[in-house]
Amino acid sequence: MNATLELVAERLSQLIGQTAVPSRPPMPVSANLAASTASFVSGPVQAVDHALKGYDLDVSVPPGLVVLAARILDNAGFGIDAVTGVDWMAQGEMEIVYDYFHPSSSSRVAVRTRVSRADPELPTISAVFPGANWHERETHDFFGIRFLGHPNLAPFLLPEDADFHPLRKDYKP
Amino acid sequence: MLNLGPQHPAAHGVLRVLMTMDGEWITKAEPVIGYIHRMHEKMGENRTWAQFLPNTSRIDYLSAMHYTHAFVGAVERAAKIEVPARAEYVRVITSELNRISSHLVWWGAMLLDLGGFTPILYAFEDREKILDLLEGLCGARLTYCYYRFGGLCNDVDDEFLNGTRTFVKEMRPRLGMYRNLVTDNIILRKRLTGVGPISAELCRKYGATGPVIRGSGVPYDVRTVEPYSVYPKFDFKIPIYQEGDSMARYLVRMDEMEQSLRIIEQALDNLPAGPFMGKVPRVLKLPPGDTCYAVEAARGRFMVRIVSDGKDTPYRLKLRTPSFCNLSLYEEASRGMILPDALAMLGSLDLVIPDIDR
Repeated sequence: MNATLELVAERLSQLIGQTAVPSRPPMPVSANLAASTASFVSGPVQAVDHALKGYDLDVSVPPGLVVLAARILDNAGFGIDAVTGVDWMAQGEMEIVYDYFHPSSSSRVAVRTRVSRADPELPTISAVFPGANWHERETHDFFGIRFLGHPNLAPFLLPEDADFHPLRKDYKP
Repeated sequence: MLNLGPQHPAAHGVLRVLMTMDGEWITKAEPVIGYIHRMHEKMGENRTWAQFLPNTSRIDYLSAMHYTHAFVGAVERAAKIEVPARAEYVRVITSELNRISSHLVWWGAMLLDLGGFTPILYAFEDREKILDLLEGLCGARLTYCYYRFGGLCNDVDDEFLNGTRTFVKEMRPRLGMYRNLVTDNIILRKRLTGVGPISAELCRKYGATGPVIRGSGVPYDVRTVEPYSVYPKFDFKIPIYQEGDSMARYLVRMDEMEQSLRIIEQALDNLPAGPFMGKVPRVLKLPPGDTCYAVEAARGRFMVRIVSDGKDTPYRLKLRTPSFCNLSLYEEASRGMILPDALAMLGSLDLVIPDIDR
């Protein structure tokens, strides 16, 4: 883990603190990475092996903290890579994954959160990263997740009068 | 209100831009997309891992090799499939050839937007040589589906290797001719210098990558910052320009073509012998969890995020395309610009609309 990742991991751990986060199975971590980042291996902020997963830090936050997490990453110089959703219908939840990349250091952070499937809403991060505006609009298009405070959640890739969300697992064409 | 409609010679595909004008100056330019939205991400969920391979070429058909590379790389990373060295070298050769052919299309099309009708014909003449090489190799001129999980579909033959060497020898003087004809042309310099400035901070906030961020002075190239495949073995420069205007982005791409020729030469010289395909299970099922893989496509950072639940079809397949993020900054960056400058800037962003819409 380089200095940028350690700084961000520490700040995010402080942010999450004692808040309960949804449980996930542990991520595969290579042996030497685990030795140097023992305090981050388990829990909501996990260092993972880039060669195995494609990103370096895996962070789980409750939905209310996504904006503060985005701000921490913005201050550390990260750029927004993508915002997307995953529909876990069997668990009655929708997961929103924020991917961040760093322009100069080889650091990739994935921030995840989960909302209930029946009423999926969470704050928008487009005030921190204007690029997330389009990503969130597309995620709303595909999943129906509402981003509170977003300036324009009208259909983007789908037709203007679309009232369906195709990437939901119970979508019938 | 001016509608740069989905059918327009300068809109680079089916892009619609709603421009609120004040005379000839733009007060607000809002891109409207979705005219070629085919929902590749949903198709990914309904097909097995291997059945999705042809889709990858069609996301951005001008640099199809890179997109197949990212998907194949993601699956190989998740399933821990080893790729033999020969296959990796050939992947680099074909990817770099694809980068050159994509940049030639960009070059010709952008100059066509600016009113120069000749260069596109020269560019397509060179591009034809690349397309013939790749057609002889994998049977397709545009939407190659050449990579497979664990390696390649078929091995390269001497005809391809000799043809590529000849192409590299012939392309270098052509790039010199392009420099004399177009890059050093006073009309182009006046049209592009100072037009459409994009700061590095804007790129970071919007996630713009590729020549857009490298034209703004940030040395971000996935091949060096997050190395993949065998790129660490090659010696090449990442062209960076500080000005952040359309001319800087133009020069980044022209230099990238030269650097791609260098990479191809080094790969041809050091091409190892051996198998072109690794060991892959007959029925491919990935372990549950998510995996990412990013490549430096011709337009910027293309990332694939696959979420698997242990079955033989993806649970979720996210395609993070560079043109989507590069276009998202257009609304903010084009405020107050005069219309011809705004179109020059749109051309310098190198957009491919199927890449935006997927």
